[in-house]
Amino acid sequence: MLSRVADNLYWMSRYLERAEHAARIAGVHLNLMLEHEPATQDRRWWRVLAAFGSSDEEEGDAFAAAQAYALIQIVTSIAAARENARQVREQISSEMWEQLNRLFHESKRMGTPEFWGAQPHDLLFTVTQSAHLVQGVTDSTMIHGEGWQFIQMGRFMERVQATARLIDLHFAEFFRPSTEAMNASEHMEWIGLLRSCTAFEAYCKVYTADLRPERVAEFLLLNAEFPHSVRFAVDQLRKSLGAVHEATARKPDRLDKLAGRLTAALSYTPLEEIMSNLHEFSLSIRRLCGNIHAGIYQVYITYPIEAALEG
Amino acid sequence: MGTPGFEIPPLLKTRFQNYWLDGSFDEMFEAEGVPRPHYRALYEMLLSLPVEEMRRRKQAADISFLHQGITFTVYGREEGTERIFPHDLLPRIITSAEWETIERGLTQRITALNLFLRDIYHEGRSLKAGVVPSEMVYSCRHFRRQMREFTVPKNIYITVVGSDLVRLPDGSFAVLEDNLRVPSGVSYMLTSRTVMKRVFPELFRMAGVRAIDHYSETLLATLRALAPEDRPDPNIVLLTPGVFNSAYFEHAFLARQMGIELVEGRDLTVHDNIVYMRTTAGLRRVDVIYRRVDDDFIDPLAFRPDSSLGVAGLFNAYRSGNVTLANALGTGVADDKALYAYVPAIIRYFLGEEPILNNVHTFVCSDPAQRQHVLSRLDQYVVKAVGESGGYGMLIGPYSTAEEREEFRARINADPRNYIAQPTLALSRAPCFLDGRVEPRHVDLRPYILYGDRVRIVPGGLTRVALKKGSLVVNSSQGGGSKDTWVLH
Repeated sequence: MLSRVADNLYWMSRYLERAEHAARIAGVHLNLMLEHEPATQDRRWWRVLAAFGSSDEEEGDAFAAAQAYALIQIVTSIAAARENARQVREQISSEMWEQLNRLFHESKRMGTPEFWGAQPHDLLFTVTQSAHLVQGVTDSTMIHGEGWQFIQMGRFMERVQATARLIDLHFAEFFRPSTEAMNASEHMEWIGLLRSCTAFEAYCKVYTADLRPERVAEFLLLNAEFPHSVRFAVDQLRKSLGAVHEATARKPDRLDKLAGRLTAALSYTPLEEIMSNLHEFSLSIRRLCGNIHAGIYQVYITYPIEAALEG
Repeated sequence: MGTPGFEIPPLLKTRFQNYWLDGSFDEMFEAEGVPRPHYRALYEMLLSLPVEEMRRRKQAADISFLHQGITFTVYGREEGTERIFPHDLLPRIITSAEWETIERGLTQRITALNLFLRDIYHEGRSLKAGVVPSEMVYSCRHFRRQMREFTVPKNIYITVVGSDLVRLPDGSFAVLEDNLRVPSGVSYMLTSRTVMKRVFPELFRMAGVRAIDHYSETLLATLRALAPEDRPDPNIVLLTPGVFNSAYFEHAFLARQMGIELVEGRDLTVHDNIVYMRTTAGLRRVDVIYRRVDDDFIDPLAFRPDSSLGVAGLFNAYRSGNVTLANALGTGVADDKALYAYVPAIIRYFLGEEPILNNVHTFVCSDPAQRQHVLSRLDQYVVKAVGESGGYGMLIGPYSTAEEREEFRARINADPRNYIAQPTLALSRAPCFLDGRVEPRHVDLRPYILYGDRVRIVPGGLTRVALKKGSLVVNSSQGGGSKDTWVLH
């Protein structure tokens, strides 16, 4: 498969995941703010901004800044996903294109500042729902070959990075290693974190509705069966790396090792050790992901011509 | 309209109410109310189908085009750049005898033009013999001196050709223009056939239409025949300028139909005069490039240095014989509108035969006598700039204002080499289904000719139709549409 095509598929999928993630976080926090004292709101929206990956100075109206940022993040991510798909129109199924194209037009219609200010949930709902639709259509109408594996990589790479960052920010703010019961508003925040990862119902099935930060961390980071956990996403990422490796007959030793290290970190690090420095752990996961991303590009997409000619 | 002893059903009256015959050749009727034999099946169907049913079928066809994404890009508009190609529901029908002449005529013409191209880039015998004035060749902006003394694979310069034919009032076909660089439109021929088969299955059965589905396969075989000789299993790719090109749909369509990679310039790289494409499994050698990028843009090192669509070093790889480009570079000389006037002479010189298909009479403005003739009768001629295509840069004398004529007079005097004039042609007319009625509109015909180991022409083509009443301009950028073209057994 052409490297350019792989690149487009990877980013199409990453951008779509990014839009969905932003929509979910914005939705959850718009809800949470309704029942909270106004004094804490600024901190909340600065945190949301940080979760979106913004490095803006914390000054001015946090709510307005976060709202504007969320809208831009969602609309531009969808446009970028669609543009990437358009470049490889003949490689993806017509059904995929139709869904993505429809989402693009809907998001343009609902993404005006007026519409967004009045009815943000219309857009957020459309985005999360359509993202699931695109994903479903992709899985059921596209050959699960190399191209599909690059789509998987994009999706799970984005998911690992975004989820790890979100957990990090949340724990930094709300985690207290004491055993005292959490108050009602803290309780809501932990539910908010789970909801941001569509994990609340799943968490309850595993641990009941008894919310404990360590368990939340364990679930979101280490659960091997929940699709939005970091561990699950990493496993999928590694699977796809392996499949592409086999399909192309390249020898990506370094990439293999990096993926192995990432899986090992999530499979074999004891929870206590993670909890003792969650920030560092999250950072190391994200760093490894960054290296894997760079590795994918070095091996499959932007490799130097001289190296390829020798091999 | 009517014939004696034949009572006109009321439906006919309304259906053909706006149908009239004039001086131009009518594809369907030989006289008022008398259809030609090969149009009889269509004629009878038009009489029997209720108008609602016709509308329903038109709608079904439109939806089918939309869903297949058969669109073209309109330049110069910001939004809504992708549009459906306008098409007419009724097929244009050609008999097997007519087609036989077209096929022989085009084969002859393309063979001669190919020999001519080989000659001007080598010995230049035809120029020395005065068949074509050499300044006409060397002043053409599509002449590529870089191609001199280079022998292209199998000596084939023009692999894919689309020639525009028109039908004159006496019923004979004449060539209006040859497209020897990167002709487009063949995807509309193929997809409109698919749609028509769905919309008019019964008519197909009755008429006996020859198939065109094998075009893609034939194109692939043609490209394969031109591969460098030491490459028995050649890797063939289609090079597109990219998603913003007006014909991108066609590029993607053909690549998919042939099962070859659709590449952009940035996917290719040249090392030691060998072309590679960058894949996830490493670099893969490329042997034949069906390029849909113009000469100027194909290699920034050899041609326009500001081109980002091409591949640096491609031309050297080509000259080294390591990769085949189809069409070859520099073929635009032979479809220059001024050079067109010399094609009959070229056919006589290289083949020793009389041209089977006529040219349209053409005055070349660089010749002083011909220029004077044209300038004194500007209101009678169609004046065309030789460098323009797509219906731009034209003066249609009989429909022009005095002001426009003065403007063209000044332009012709300033740069005579750039202008030719032709008599206003009464293009033939074919029935079109417009707003519930059948009305005649002017049409032309563009068959697609493939030249690899030999010349092959798929029986059919793109019939372009000027959908605006009275208009003679069939280009899609100027309100033209297309029709499915049926060649009968």
